Amino acid sequence: MCRIGCIKSLDPFHPRFALNLMLPQQKGHDNSGFALVMKDLSGIFEPYKKYPILSYSSTAKGRDIIEAYMLDRGFGRPVFQWKPKTKIFTDQFDFEKMDYYGFEAFALPVITQGTTEEEKGEFLLNTHLELREILEETGDGYIFSFWPDTLTLKEIGNPNHIGDYFNLWEENEAILAKNIMVQYRQNTNYDIVRYAAHPFFLQGYTLCANGENTNYVKNKEAQQNLHRGYIGFESDSQCFLYTLHYTHHQLKWPLSYYKHVITPLPFDEMESHPNKALLLKLRESLTHLEINGPNTIIGLLPDNTLFTTCDSKKLRPVVIGTDGRMVGITSEVPGLNMILPHRNAENDIYPNERETVVIGNDLRIERWKQQ
Amino acid sequence: METTVNINDITENDLNWKIDYDADRCTRCGRCIATCTFAALEMNVERHAFTVSEDKTPEPKRLFSTLPVVSQVATLKDHCVGCGMCEKVCPNTAIRPVRNHETREPLLNHPGGSPIKRGGRTNVSVERTLDKIKVGRISQMTDPSLDAQRHTFDVLSPLGRVLSPTEIPIKIENNELNISGKMPPVHWIYPIIFGDMSIGALSTRAWEAVAIATAVLNEKYNMPIRMASGEGGMPVKLMKSKYLKYMILQVASGHFGWNRIIKAMPEMIEDPAGILIKIGQGAKPGDGGLLMAAKVAKHIQEIRGVPKSDLLSPPNHQGLYSIEESVQKMFLSFNAAFKFKVPVAIKVAASSSSVSVYNNLLRDPYHIVGGFFMDGIQGGTGAAMEISLDHTGHPIVSKTRDAYLAAVKQGMQGRIPLWAGGGMGMTGSLAADAFKMICLGANGVFAGKIIIQLLGCIGNDQGRCNQCNTGLCPTGITTQDYRLVKRLDIDKAAETLVNYMLSVDTEFRKLMAPIGNSSLPVGRSDALVSVDKDMADKLQIPYVC
Repeated sequence: MCRIGCIKSLDPFHPRFALNLMLPQQKGHDNSGFALVMKDLSGIFEPYKKYPILSYSSTAKGRDIIEAYMLDRGFGRPVFQWKPKTKIFTDQFDFEKMDYYGFEAFALPVITQGTTEEEKGEFLLNTHLELREILEETGDGYIFSFWPDTLTLKEIGNPNHIGDYFNLWEENEAILAKNIMVQYRQNTNYDIVRYAAHPFFLQGYTLCANGENTNYVKNKEAQQNLHRGYIGFESDSQCFLYTLHYTHHQLKWPLSYYKHVITPLPFDEMESHPNKALLLKLRESLTHLEINGPNTIIGLLPDNTLFTTCDSKKLRPVVIGTDGRMVGITSEVPGLNMILPHRNAENDIYPNERETVVIGNDLRIERWKQQ
Repeated sequence: METTVNINDITENDLNWKIDYDADRCTRCGRCIATCTFAALEMNVERHAFTVSEDKTPEPKRLFSTLPVVSQVATLKDHCVGCGMCEKVCPNTAIRPVRNHETREPLLNHPGGSPIKRGGRTNVSVERTLDKIKVGRISQMTDPSLDAQRHTFDVLSPLGRVLSPTEIPIKIENNELNISGKMPPVHWIYPIIFGDMSIGALSTRAWEAVAIATAVLNEKYNMPIRMASGEGGMPVKLMKSKYLKYMILQVASGHFGWNRIIKAMPEMIEDPAGILIKIGQGAKPGDGGLLMAAKVAKHIQEIRGVPKSDLLSPPNHQGLYSIEESVQKMFLSFNAAFKFKVPVAIKVAASSSSVSVYNNLLRDPYHIVGGFFMDGIQGGTGAAMEISLDHTGHPIVSKTRDAYLAAVKQGMQGRIPLWAGGGMGMTGSLAADAFKMICLGANGVFAGKIIIQLLGCIGNDQGRCNQCNTGLCPTGITTQDYRLVKRLDIDKAAETLVNYMLSVDTEFRKLMAPIGNSSLPVGRSDALVSVDKDMADKLQIPYVC
């Protein structure tokens, strides 16, 4: 089972918190990978918050392909790039190192001048998808995200070793963020590939989930025709991101309806609901996007609102803790104890199966009951 | 010179069934003869010879005696059909029908050049696809199974046109969604419909037993089962009652009974559950309906508004020559007739062209096609030519899967609910068949044959009885003969049906629990495996052995 987590803080913090959050949750043979998405960046990326950052890993050839493509698309050369100060790779590191890890900020091409934010978002997605497709042809690289103020790292192997290689254990002021979503083990029911590692990212939406999505096939069959960005499906948990993107971004429904789509109220309970007619229609219309668990989902919206919700059987719970300046959501309490040892654990929240817990950028925690 | 045998005489060994009779056990009570509706038994006298010797030394004497016996009538008109009523009534187990594998009856029984007609189902034995599919994905470790006894399950399916989320008239105000316009009606009902057998095909008592079971399951057990009326109308009293809401009214090409339905409409206090436009049926695709004159009793004449004669529904709806035209004319008018509050669905025979029809209906711009019912080759019928029953039609399983995947390709799965029928429950488990069909993409199934078998029909798919067309049904189910219909105990028949459906409901849960689903697993093909490689490939499910 995946161990997942997300930290949200009023103050920018270093990724070592994310490692510390996950380390005590590591068990047995959980060595299939490590991934994190950082949003609302500080440190060296502070001056480039408006520029989309391309996060990728590639071979040397892949890097050339990306460079040529970005030039061709009018992006020019990166306005800024972060080259992580890595250790020298030896056999001691138990992970599948790629030749190159790119975190490159680009200025938008002239073609996007005068376009709306929404149109820019579509343009960025097109770029992301095209690049991914080109790299997939030769297997020379992986595109993880291409979005402003967002940085993604994914690797396959022992999470501690990956953290060690990238010097993520050593706290510094260079790479900081106010939101970091992280997982220590990807879904291993299918092939272990980089794209299958959570968190998943699409147009500012970031999501990770644990447990198997038992409705994977019907979710996937429904989603593959809904949007050009709903691709891959290397992990059954990508479905949760696509449904979030579809309801919130495409349909523009308020976040509270995400819960109604993925875990609709049972018909009996719907019967007494004041807006029964609406809920029934949503359930009818989007029945193929329902999930059946056992899953907990942690999501970050483009505006960095953080939320968590679980399937209606609540078979993969998470816990939420806070000290007022930092909030952590994760699979197991020891992770919280590691990063927030001084918090009052009596105030920890164990969300129930009909709840969506939402944490705003001011760290105010709301508990929305699906009713 | 006289020959020893005239081989053109019809004798017992030329017929499908032979009577196995034990004169020593028989008391000559006559019950078997009285009960045989096919006049296949008669009292006879046999001359028996035996040789005895009464002296100390052999002095054989040949004696003769005459013995009253029950014997088989061996004509092509009156002959045993294997119904087994004689065996059922015999107090001494002295008589029973036995299948004659050397039968010549199919070759010989064409009086006046007429093809064999019968009721029932296909008798050409085929291995059933559904029996080679197992629910092979059991939740363990990665996701726990559910508790079938204690977990809450939603066992409901839609009937009615389902809109895509962008088509639903939704207004977003104050962070809330609200419906802001009209939409097609959708009813959530039990995923098994009692499939359309008409009054006429069934006796009024049999039809009533099904209707009673429907009402009991709804009112007492909260199972929203719906019953499709079949063509030919229904009792006015029922149409004016609150129970109409459990009924799906059928209109077929003969339009029988609709005059009375239209006249009753102003007095209806409930809307029907749906309207089903029957284009074709699986047991005899391309054929119209057929109710033999023998079954057109006085009350049937009244309900349908017809004289006593063979009633043939044409094989097509006169005046409709395209799908678009049928949508515009027929669907629109039936939707309008019930003020767009009742789902209007279509029933077709599964065929090579079914997917094209479904695709076309999915593109209906008016959103007025509320269900696509496909009936497969193993479906039953009241009457048809044997050639149609045995040799025309299309299996339902792969066709349902094809239709579902065609909708998936367009991103329109579930928009027009798919209901599949034709042999559901044929080997005994309606729950298992329905569940597997649902995993393959059906929203629900409809069943007919198994329903009448539950009422008491003794017919089967190996040629037993199948005399639904003759008006001589020995169980009183498919006859209008006032003496025969009394054989059916309405209350007991309804009770058997209710009990079976309650067990089906439990069995559904028993199948949903291990795959970890709280609601019906429509399209969850990953839950199934097949032990047949070709079948697995065709259905796009894993092959296992």
